[in-house]
Amino acid sequence: MTTSVIRVMLPYHLQNLAHVGPEISLEVEGPITQSSVLDAIERRYPMLCGTIRDHVTKKRRPFLRYFGCEKDMSHDPPDTPLPAAISSGTEPFIIWGAMAGG
Amino acid sequence: MGSVRVLVGTAKGAFILSADGKRETWDIAGPFFAGWTVYHMKGSPLDTNRIYASQCSDWFGQVIQRSNDGGKTWEQPGGDVPVDFSGAPPGASNKFVYEGTPGTHMWYDGTTHPFEFKRVWHLEPSLTDADTVYAGVEDAALFRSTDGATTWKELPGLREQRSNEWAPGAGGLAVHTILLDPGNPQRIYVAISAAGAFRTDDGGTTWTPINRGLKSKYLPDPNAEIGYCVHRLALHPSRPDVVYMQLHWNVMRTDNAGDLWTNVSGNLPTDFGFPIEVHAHEPETIYVVPIKSDSEHFVHDGKLRVFRSRTGGTEWEPLTNGLPQHDCYVNVLRDAMATDSLEDCGIYLGTTGGQVYVSPDGGDHWKAIVHDLPRVLSVEVQTLP
Repeated sequence: MTTSVIRVMLPYHLQNLAHVGPEISLEVEGPITQSSVLDAIERRYPMLCGTIRDHVTKKRRPFLRYFGCEKDMSHDPPDTPLPAAISSGTEPFIIWGAMAGG
Repeated sequence: MGSVRVLVGTAKGAFILSADGKRETWDIAGPFFAGWTVYHMKGSPLDTNRIYASQCSDWFGQVIQRSNDGGKTWEQPGGDVPVDFSGAPPGASNKFVYEGTPGTHMWYDGTTHPFEFKRVWHLEPSLTDADTVYAGVEDAALFRSTDGATTWKELPGLREQRSNEWAPGAGGLAVHTILLDPGNPQRIYVAISAAGAFRTDDGGTTWTPINRGLKSKYLPDPNAEIGYCVHRLALHPSRPDVVYMQLHWNVMRTDNAGDLWTNVSGNLPTDFGFPIEVHAHEPETIYVVPIKSDSEHFVHDGKLRVFRSRTGGTEWEPLTNGLPQHDCYVNVLRDAMATDSLEDCGIYLGTTGGQVYVSPDGGDHWKAIVHDLPRVLSVEVQTLP
């Protein structure tokens, strides 16, 4: 099975929980999809379990969005292959909070 | 003389206020978990260095934090970066999953709505084991951890009390109060807005509604067994069968562990409010903070007044010395009043305006510890040797 190194950008509060900077690198096995990237994040940083997607249903938390290659991929099926530029590590997979204030 | 550590949860982070037994000079630490809503923090009575915190966000959901050094450092239990990534268990300290089929409760418009976990409102550490802690959550349910908040399991018997008929209050449908009986480890009281108060006598397996004597004027059935918007319960450890309640309207007491409640609102200027507390050394001395009404959630007449009864209710006196007595329009939320157990009992309250006040003499004199925190959601006090 092939292993790819993926770049992921995390929002500020998740950086603090994981004690990392804005961008992390992860080894991801097999097809590069939202699901496989999130699985890798949660294995490497178990303190982020439940903060990006639901523990049980695996649904994205409503106020988070997934971006990459200048596209909003938030509503794509989670097993859709991510763009080649993300799979190759050229572009990051971006997890971001929806804009809302207060 | 001892000292105190005040744990303050706010809408934008947590703060820890520390002082010696005089309670005159304060050290302010924080914000911890800056930018997150901290509903509640509470220390273990068995290990004062062990503190649990409920941190949450509309964006990132629930996080549970634990400190083993009195709040200097914090960790998510079970959230350590694993040495071996392949076999590591997933983090689960924020995994609150209802037992079995979650079922439904009533929604504001009278339709049914599925039980969905939203956040932890209240954490209650066990009186007998520092690794056991209870969590009252929204949508209303009670969870227990026996491994220091690393994993959680629902006590589903509570929701067997006709939870399909429970309906949310304005703030949501939540277990917000958990009282552990110090004389009987099998007995627990909880309160739910807006379902009522409940008691277990077998450690949480089975539950009984304890709402007889409560009156809520808009309930179609004036003697309904459930459906009451109980705001807060309090008891003194020396007399755990005597429980005090701030109901939506009305201050109530029971002398028989909730079998029957009587109204002790007496001469209060208004009997609507949220918190209620008991003096650490005087079981008949209780405190409430009345607010104007359910439509105007701020103190009456622009004056922040704590009312004290030395007779277990009915006869109340206003406590005003050191509290703002004009142009004040704050509220004190249900978990935002607490007492210490120093020889001269201290009373603490936090306001929706971000002030935390202390009275080091049982309510006679008050002083602001801090003026400008975010909206205060909860205040707990640890009395240290």
